[in-house]
Amino acid sequence: MGVKIKSMKDADFKDNETLELFKETDGNIFTTTIDNILNWGRSNSVWPLTFATSCCGIEMMAAGAARHDFARFGIEVYRASPRQADVIVVAGTITNKMAPVLKRLYDQMSEPKYVIAMGSCAISGGPFFYNSYSVIKGVDHLIPVDVYVPGCPPRPESLLYGVMQLQRKIKAESFLKKQFKKNVTTNE
Amino acid sequence: MTDLIQEIEQQEYIINMGPQHPSTHGVLRLVLSLKGEIVKNVEPHCGYIHRGIEKMCEKLTYQQIIHLTDRLDYLSAHINNAAVCLLVEKALGIEVPERVKYIRTIIDELTRIASHQLWWCSFGMDLGGLTCFFYGLRDREHILDIFEETTGGRLIQSYYTPGGLMKDIHPNFQKRVKDFIKYFRKILPEYDQLLTGNVIMQARSKGIGKLSLEDAISFGATGPSGRGSGFACDVRKLHPYHLYDKVNFKEILYQEGDTFARYKVRMDEMWESMSIIEQLIDNIPEGDFTAKMKPIIKLPEGEYYQRVEAARGEFGVYILSKGDKYPYRVKFRSPNFSNLSILNTIVPGQKIADLVAIGGSLDYVIPDIDR
Amino acid sequence: MNNEELKQTILSILPSAVFEENTQFLTIQIPADQIHDFAKKIKESETISFDYLFCLTGIDYGDSLGVIYHLRSTKYRHEIVVKIKTSDRETPAVDTVCDIYKTAEFHEREIFDLFGIKFNHHPDLRRILLDESWEGHPLRKDYIDEVNIVER
Repeated sequence: MGVKIKSMKDADFKDNETLELFKETDGNIFTTTIDNILNWGRSNSVWPLTFATSCCGIEMMAAGAARHDFARFGIEVYRASPRQADVIVVAGTITNKMAPVLKRLYDQMSEPKYVIAMGSCAISGGPFFYNSYSVIKGVDHLIPVDVYVPGCPPRPESLLYGVMQLQRKIKAESFLKKQFKKNVTTNE
Repeated sequence: MTDLIQEIEQQEYIINMGPQHPSTHGVLRLVLSLKGEIVKNVEPHCGYIHRGIEKMCEKLTYQQIIHLTDRLDYLSAHINNAAVCLLVEKALGIEVPERVKYIRTIIDELTRIASHQLWWCSFGMDLGGLTCFFYGLRDREHILDIFEETTGGRLIQSYYTPGGLMKDIHPNFQKRVKDFIKYFRKILPEYDQLLTGNVIMQARSKGIGKLSLEDAISFGATGPSGRGSGFACDVRKLHPYHLYDKVNFKEILYQEGDTFARYKVRMDEMWESMSIIEQLIDNIPEGDFTAKMKPIIKLPEGEYYQRVEAARGEFGVYILSKGDKYPYRVKFRSPNFSNLSILNTIVPGQKIADLVAIGGSLDYVIPDIDR
Repeated sequence: MNNEELKQTILSILPSAVFEENTQFLTIQIPADQIHDFAKKIKESETISFDYLFCLTGIDYGDSLGVIYHLRSTKYRHEIVVKIKTSDRETPAVDTVCDIYKTAEFHEREIFDLFGIKFNHHPDLRRILLDESWEGHPLRKDYIDEVNIVER
């Protein structure tokens, strides 16, 4: 409605100094090409788990609905079973009673798995930080978080940006190298 | 061998519909005890999102409590705020300007329509009709656009404040609301065409989950869940607030008490809300958007209770004040907590698939149960 | 019925009721051991018929604990508030009303959870909002929790 939003340049995705720091550069050209193809496939089809506790869940549903559609980013289907999901979007407050359930869900997900902390309740306890006796002040006390999306609740566009950041992070991973490294360390 | 089989068949089969489940609409845990596919006993376990809001309110001022009541039943956020604002205004004896009453009534009714739209899309999705999800949310975005232009937020706005409103409405407000009403009057018959007349939906909801009138009164099941059983509990008619005594609208009552009756109550309520808005939108008077209030609000000593008609039932706020700027005790009478207790009465004897339909028609918002 | 007639009817049911002044609804204080019989009588009485319990609150007055019942009649449309107090903070116990008003079952579990008031003859009295293994009753005024609460 009269405001032009600048879109992200393609160049920002490909060569970025921070991304280069992530990547280890000592691979031969064969494995890096395979890495690139695998990462392209993996990052464009992250499937989330149906997990929403409170208000941020409604904005997540709105992000999946017709106006801001996140199926075009590859988040096509919501899986109800944690075994089949790639990412868990923790949308909402986590309390003391819910914490063991979340940890069990996270443990049941199969590798490689990612976590997006959506909303200020999941980042740090949010409006319930002071004077509340049963809120966990931040979901990173329980599980390792990859992307933080701030807001109370964050707009669906913010969640889409958070998902794009996750895709960049996945693209920077070296899948084959990680597998190879695992075998080497266990032998020692 | 047959004795062993018989013994195994007699035992109860306990299954957990856990806190993370696509169709419990939030973190509600139901422990079902089954015989085959028939449910014998349902035990709801809540508390997975208990954030201690009542205790937190004892250390917050009255203007700050508004920000927490928003997050209780976030789909009727404005109506919850209205309860606290009305309580403070009545206790201090402050009369808000007419303009404020008109705007509050219109925004409350828009919130009710938005909440019923979200109920419709999740009810359709639970029964298997995924298209309803996209239709309902597409139309809800129109209302959220109207809210965002005036208040700045889509889901959580904190727009009302004791004494009036935080800021005046945007100049485009009236025009956008009128356009929305014109648009939605054409869309709502489409909802009926899509879901109401559907053979599968009617077979899954007629005669399922009957709640008698006496049980509805005894359990305190208010809102559309109670009105589907004939319990005339609409707070807008019994204890009018805002401008509800000056507008013309019907209280929707159905006598059957089953899932289909509760569905019809909500669909008809959307039509009534639109007619209320149409009666008010052209006549908003000029004036101030807030009454003069002191920055520090201290309620005189005593107890106060204020009730409003949220989208799911009677929402009440009880405050005991000792004359301080902080309340001594705040209690929220949440409609969903009373509606949850009827599950063990209306579900036993029916199948698990019926449990999903009943849960969808009762329309729970779990943070309101747990506060 | 207006407040005067209600007062007379209630005094005829329970002479030891004490009325409070200057309140929003007609408020009465009754002794804690009378609550079950009183509630049964006012629900079944044809003239006043309070059948809808819309709010059940626990409260900590500092030196005593209390329970507040907000009742309404769907037939005659009048309202009343009934208060009971118990000064025993170690093992407070009150009779349950959940055989009279079915909504009290969940509400009394919540009061037990957050205040520690036990209800005699309740079919299933256990914690509802907090974990089963939680210690303490958070909504009491003397509840201290160094680990979880960040004071402001």
